Amino acid sequence: MSEKEQVNLTRRNLLGGTAAAMAGLTIAPGIILVETAQAKPKDQPVTDAVRWGILININNCADDCTGCVDACQEENGWGKGSSDESKSRPDQKAQWIRKVKVTDRETGHAKTLPMMCQHCESPPCVDVCPTGASYKRIDGIVLVDKHICIGCRYCMMACPYKARSFIHETLTDQRSYAPRGQGTVESCTMCVHRVDDDQQPACVEACSSTFNSAMIFGDLNDPESKISKELARHGGVRIRADLGLNPGVRYQGIYG
Amino acid sequence: MKRIQFSEISGYAPGYLLILGITGLLAAMGLGAAYYMEHNGHWVTGMNNEIVWGTPHVFAVFLIVAASGALNVASISSVFQKPIYKPMARLSGLLALALLAGGLLVLVLDLGRPDRLIVAMTYYNFKSIFAWNIYLYTGFFAIVIVYLWTMMERRMNGYTRAAGIAAFVWRLALTTGTGSIFGFIVARQAYDAAIYAPMFIIMSFSFGLAVFLLVLMTIYHGTARKLGDAVLYRLKNLLGVFVAAVMMLVTMYFLTNLYATEHHGISAFILAGDHVYTKLFWVVQIILGSIAPLVILYNPITGTSRVWIAIASMLVIIGGLAQLYVIIIGGQAFPLVLFPGMEVSSTFQDGVVASYSPSLPEILLGLGGIGVALIIVTLAVKVLQFTPESLADADIDPNYSAG
Amino acid sequence: MYIFKLAILTLFLSVTSAQAEVPLPSISKGQGDSCVRATDDMRYNHMDYIQHHRDETMYRGIRTEQDSLKQCVTCHAVKDDDGGYINATDKRHFCSSCHSYASVKIDCFQCHTDTPRSTDIHEPLAQGQ
Repeated sequence: MSEKEQVNLTRRNLLGGTAAAMAGLTIAPGIILVETAQAKPKDQPVTDAVRWGILININNCADDCTGCVDACQEENGWGKGSSDESKSRPDQKAQWIRKVKVTDRETGHAKTLPMMCQHCESPPCVDVCPTGASYKRIDGIVLVDKHICIGCRYCMMACPYKARSFIHETLTDQRSYAPRGQGTVESCTMCVHRVDDDQQPACVEACSSTFNSAMIFGDLNDPESKISKELARHGGVRIRADLGLNPGVRYQGIYG
Repeated sequence: MKRIQFSEISGYAPGYLLILGITGLLAAMGLGAAYYMEHNGHWVTGMNNEIVWGTPHVFAVFLIVAASGALNVASISSVFQKPIYKPMARLSGLLALALLAGGLLVLVLDLGRPDRLIVAMTYYNFKSIFAWNIYLYTGFFAIVIVYLWTMMERRMNGYTRAAGIAAFVWRLALTTGTGSIFGFIVARQAYDAAIYAPMFIIMSFSFGLAVFLLVLMTIYHGTARKLGDAVLYRLKNLLGVFVAAVMMLVTMYFLTNLYATEHHGISAFILAGDHVYTKLFWVVQIILGSIAPLVILYNPITGTSRVWIAIASMLVIIGGLAQLYVIIIGGQAFPLVLFPGMEVSSTFQDGVVASYSPSLPEILLGLGGIGVALIIVTLAVKVLQFTPESLADADIDPNYSAG
Repeated sequence: MYIFKLAILTLFLSVTSAQAEVPLPSISKGQGDSCVRATDDMRYNHMDYIQHHRDETMYRGIRTEQDSLKQCVTCHAVKDDDGGYINATDKRHFCSSCHSYASVKIDCFQCHTDTPRSTDIHEPLAQGQ
């Protein structure tokens, strides 16, 4: 049994059956379970009572840290997390999440931040998709239905965040919970398979396990959630707020 | 003015077989390239996750836009009731169908999953301009086929005008829809401009007429049928007007962008950059593709030479391809503005001009679309009565007077 | 219409003649005592069950195991002599054994993994079990 599998088993044993009871508890420094009132049973649909969001305080985001990116690759099986995409050129490879360095031209003040699908309330990718493969789930997560994606890439033209990737070659090394394949478009899923399982997205969990703890995941609709409280207290900006798309991913500390 | 006699192209002249061979070869190479791209995946192309639409889309959009424009002559004849154009209306309709078929073929064969074409036909998101366009394109086929039928079936002649008006309205909608693919993209600096709709309409007039002129002159030269000066000069003058109109709209596009500080970046990028898009814009689109044809078409010496008219038409087509290359690929190459006023950099080329170089399969696929369009015309004029036996002025011009 | 009928007839003839020549597929047995539904039912309707569940999962976040493709792949995984899992490109793969016999293309495994994954990091919680 590999080390990874052992870790999984440990986590499974620790949490199994008691997720609801433990929700909101801190089980290790920096690791906080999702703050839903109770776990959603597997056979129940998601509802629009919640809107999932991520708040990123980039003052806590270390310049040389790529913890979120690494975790995403491992979790979802792209980049270093997969043996696939060996033929594609670097600019053809999938980019679900990337670190972007933002520099103020005048002052030279520079910060880095993670950039991924912003899970817009009014996503342009969903508007332009001819078949409806691009869709927003009722709880605010923007996804691609790869079963009806024809690979036209119009969504990639329309995305203001360059958050989507087209798969340029045949894949075989996918994760069982993160299907992805040649000729279709993909992007950050906010780790929907984990969210449905009352866990945080892999990037947020990884960030929490470092001393940075720059990311908070939670329900934007619930004024009592940690993310809502933090947004109410210290605010947060939407990238390209001028477009009026109201992304579910918010940032603190970009402009100061 | 005599009664117009239409007839098929008879015999198998070497020239005819040569054209058939060349267009057939182009089409075959295009299909081969598409197979190669789909079999391997798009990594064999120059396209990437930033330049997501490449050379095939330049050809496809050109052909689709030109298809609408190829219908100019038929529209002028039926909608604006100019009898001198009427004998050419059938060829005009045929060319429109052929060009659209070629363009759509390229578009479809470049999809990531062309095997799912049926999905595109059965799942619709009606907020998507692409989805509207699927209706606009299939509707165009249907309407133009009916239009051709009313022209070619004597008992249906009474309906030609109605069908012609329907086709005219539809083709304006079609180019509006095609232009809006770019006009409605809010995310990118180069797009998000309503002017793309009228610009694409005028572009269609210009590109379509240029293709029509070349095809017309080739057929009439190759079959030694008469093509009168009066009708040819009218068409070439019209082409000049359209070329000038495209330049006017391009000027308007850049003027509005230059006025707003927010858009200075993209304007400087296209107009004064240090890369292929600026060169294509000035050298190919403006000088070779617009100014040179205008000079040729309106100069009394070159403007009355068939060789020069053909050269001018060719230049308009090359300029049109360059224009679409600048719009489609140049528009994507300009970096997205994520943080206005800030500089950005990343491992995924944020803040830098995206790189793209066309690959051979992409070019072959695009040329394949042209091959398919032309092979349809070549075969159709052979088996059906699309072309009049004479387009001599005395035969078709109601105002013709000998001497 | 005539051509359509002819095509159907040709297809029918080719299938029946193929049945005479091609040996029946050898279908490996899955794990456990029985499938999640009756075998006959699954033979005829598995695609509908999987497709229905796919939309339930994707659009509504319902992640029950009974009709999930992932569960099919897990239970019906076939190992070769060396103990490695067999991929769908191989006719010994549970799905491919029948599908290659019936000449029906499977479009699942372009995106979904065709074997249980050792690289999976995420293990779903055993809720309500």
